[in-house]
Amino acid sequence: MQIQLNGEPHPLDGEPTLVQLVDSLGLTGRRVAIEVNEEIVPRSQHAQTRLNDGDRVEIVHAIGGG
Amino acid sequence: MSQLIQDTPLIVAGRRFASRLLVGTGKYRDFDETAAAIEASGADVVTFAVRRTNLGQNPGEPNLLDAVPPSRYTLLPNTAGCYTAKDAVRTCKLARELLDGHNLVKLEVLGDEKTLYPNVVETLAAAETLVNDGFDVMVYTSDDPIVAKELEKRGCCAVMPLGSLIGSGNGLLNPATLALILEHADVPVLVDAGIGTASDAALAMEMGCDGVLMNSAIAHARHPVMMANAMRKAIEAGREAFLAERMPRRASASPSSPFAGRING
Repeated sequence: MQIQLNGEPHPLDGEPTLVQLVDSLGLTGRRVAIEVNEEIVPRSQHAQTRLNDGDRVEIVHAIGGG
Repeated sequence: MSQLIQDTPLIVAGRRFASRLLVGTGKYRDFDETAAAIEASGADVVTFAVRRTNLGQNPGEPNLLDAVPPSRYTLLPNTAGCYTAKDAVRTCKLARELLDGHNLVKLEVLGDEKTLYPNVVETLAAAETLVNDGFDVMVYTSDDPIVAKELEKRGCCAVMPLGSLIGSGNGLLNPATLALILEHADVPVLVDAGIGTASDAALAMEMGCDGVLMNSAIAHARHPVMMANAMRKAIEAGREAFLAERMPRRASASPSSPFAGRING
């Protein structure tokens, strides 16, 4: 299946959870926030939240700004 | 020293801050310079932006929040780059998740890329939604006293009019409208955007602003850490001058040395 990840197509095997997605991206332990289909998914729910084909996922972090 | 007036802290949405200087984290050379400048500024409140994480690139790259730890500073996520209320609200919700429920945000909804002038229609809509969702909203806005009051009515905890365009360094271009906002506000008023150098910051504080938020004036100085230190002093000097209540302006001269006893008298 395929999701839209930060605006780009991203193929996935199976239906991974957000924890598995974050791990596959090398972001485990990083301070990020995740939105799926424009809804926040709290960190406490990443392990139970499975992705589906066509999901639009945003992963964001803090950067310098004013 | 007994004649010094004891200043009160800046209080925004029940949070108390010793420093009335708030600083951004953009445009620095690296995180070391960011951290050094912010330390020199003495700021308690530090703004940052929320952006898509770069995927597949340098997973070990340093993180802004390591340079500016939430344990030491009050972080103020902004909605810079948002042009609609919807995007600004989404960004604030992502920021709240990023900071484990921290609900203080800087709302800015921009009108166009050339001026970065606030779109007040979208800003008003976003403010209402965010306040209803439990956010404490410090809001970047135009220097329009009516809009400032409308934002306050919608529950914003601080109103932050621009001094001049974001990143322009043109200082306070319309002190008269800023004075009107200050006269009528019942929440803290902070100048956000446009500060160019220390005297701009001091002037805002002398006028009675509760604080000043700046980024470029420090980060784009040739020596950012020194400018951060200058800004800290300018904010303190301006605040004390405001509390001390300046002398009246007069059209004619008034000698400081007594007339009596002159040798030519």
